[in-house]
Amino acid sequence: MSADPLLRVDRLTTVFDTPRGALPAVDDVTFEIRPGETLGLVGESGSGKSVTALSIMRLVQPPGRIASGRVLFKGRDLLTLGERDMQRVRGAEIALIFQEPMTALNPVFRIGDQIAETLVVHGRAGKRDARAKAIDLLRSVRIPDPESRVADYPHQLSGGMRQRVMIALALSCQPSLVIADEPTTALDVTIQAEILDLLREMKSALRLSLLLITHDLGVVAETADRVAVMYAGRIVETGPVRAIFRDPGHPYTRGLLASMPGGRPGERLRAIEGTVPLIGELPPGCAFTPRCPSRFEPCPTAPPPDYPVGVGHEAKCYLHDPAFAGRPSAVGGPSSALRAERDAAR
Amino acid sequence: MPLVEVSHLVKQFTRGAGLFQSGTTVAAVDDVSFAIEEGETFGLVGESGSGKTTTGRCMLRLVEPTAGEVRFRGENVLAFTRARMRQARREMQIVFQDPYSSLNPRMRARQIVEEPLIIHRIGRRAERRARVAELFDLVGLNAAHLERYPHQFSGGQRQRIGLARAVALNPSFLILDEPVSALDVSVQAQVVNLLMDLQQRLKLTYLFIAHDLRLVEHICSRIAVMYLGKIVEMGPTASLFAAPQHPYTRALLSAIPVPDPDAPRQRIVLDPASVNREASLREISTGHFAAV
Repeated sequence: MSADPLLRVDRLTTVFDTPRGALPAVDDVTFEIRPGETLGLVGESGSGKSVTALSIMRLVQPPGRIASGRVLFKGRDLLTLGERDMQRVRGAEIALIFQEPMTALNPVFRIGDQIAETLVVHGRAGKRDARAKAIDLLRSVRIPDPESRVADYPHQLSGGMRQRVMIALALSCQPSLVIADEPTTALDVTIQAEILDLLREMKSALRLSLLLITHDLGVVAETADRVAVMYAGRIVETGPVRAIFRDPGHPYTRGLLASMPGGRPGERLRAIEGTVPLIGELPPGCAFTPRCPSRFEPCPTAPPPDYPVGVGHEAKCYLHDPAFAGRPSAVGGPSSALRAERDAAR
Repeated sequence: MPLVEVSHLVKQFTRGAGLFQSGTTVAAVDDVSFAIEEGETFGLVGESGSGKTTTGRCMLRLVEPTAGEVRFRGENVLAFTRARMRQARREMQIVFQDPYSSLNPRMRARQIVEEPLIIHRIGRRAERRARVAELFDLVGLNAAHLERYPHQFSGGQRQRIGLARAVALNPSFLILDEPVSALDVSVQAQVVNLLMDLQQRLKLTYLFIAHDLRLVEHICSRIAVMYLGKIVEMGPTASLFAAPQHPYTRALLSAIPVPDPDAPRQRIVLDPASVNREASLREISTGHFAAV
């Protein structure tokens, strides 16, 4: 896939204004999604992944605001569009699926009417055929008996069925990009599997691009083509899904993968020490420094730039800076730290 | 003799009852039996609505069961008087999922951990203070933070406070209800390690209620799978994961997302018609039972 990116987020910074100043929830974030591609955006709570999604849609609410950067969608910068034009982009070209469909669906309207309204508003159907189209959409997301379900209210559906309705709603205007923010986190594991299968299927049938936001590395491994890992508002690593799981370049990514249960039963897990920092209490330099087993002199001084790790694979970590390679240091040189860590992970 | 033995436990809830209608009865827990040996970690897994949390709560009588027995060291807990039950709770404790809502926001961390000691009239003030400091150290919290309020701690630290409180009275049995699922991924492993350490140091027996099967596989010696209020399969962890017998267990295990992009994926979808609701547990191999 060498096509132009469908979406390019370019040096995006979104801040929250507080009495202590403007705190960056999303800090100089750059990534792109190509047509037909699934990008997994991985991070823990507070890492800025949801704010990134809201920033793309220009739905950040005060005290949050987009401070700088560009969001290029099909070559146009969404951040410079008028509100009317932006409304046409939302839903029609970029659709958003939330974690909890109950908050996105209106509880007092029948699901069929909600889908029909979206179709009519975006000019995708006339008032007469909207209902038939809504039934077709419900059938396409494999809701059983769509002719009668179309008259249900959201509370009459199970969590999994509601998420299917959300997907039908998201796909109703044939968007080219779907942003799914933790779409399966509130669901049971068997339902999660069904919804992920459905998303995958829809993606290839409709040639969509998907930005899948999740904290679950298992979900990413099963769904994404490429992965971006966020920590404390910054993307610390991006790469093809195999490279991220086989040969992670950032100590945070390595730590996350190593901490998952899976070794010998009853064995201690390889935990990452410390806790996720709060924005506003970030250390200078690389935000992972205090928890990093491989930290050395340059880490606390300035945030590291992206270093190439492999093909299409970059990490923001001084371990990959040739200038520091093989240089001994008080905490062990970067290459020895890298080696020690890799050995430990094996 | 097992430390804890649950026999034919039933909990029914009435739904839709009003002034002029009696409503329908739903069995959240439907004839559940299992036994936990001293020192073991027994996993109770299932999806939301399977009855796993209600089972745990019934065992401590936080919810009164409709029928059945819960024996602790041979004595039927459900027949205990209030006073005897209070005493029994020194031995049996529960840790809840959400460390954000399970700690009283108006109490300092020290008070939260000390409270069970006060309720059970253990020690003088100075002794209690010393015990709280010791407990803080045991769960890896900084004694300098004793006077802080819950909101000043991170999720992982709050769960440590919950654990310190749960072990304050030297219990022998802990029910852990989804103890790490509300925590950030990067701190879950810390709390799991702490749970394993505490078990060894304090000779604890665990009932581990969870939906994360990867974690359950890692720390439990035996597992029971609940589906619609019933245990449909139970056995040693290795045997159950290697050769699941019940259609629901098979579907559940095949749905676990594997953190490996090259892992083969063979999704087994549960056909509810394939579940025989009337089947009772029978032994498939040594200690491995399935309702098929």
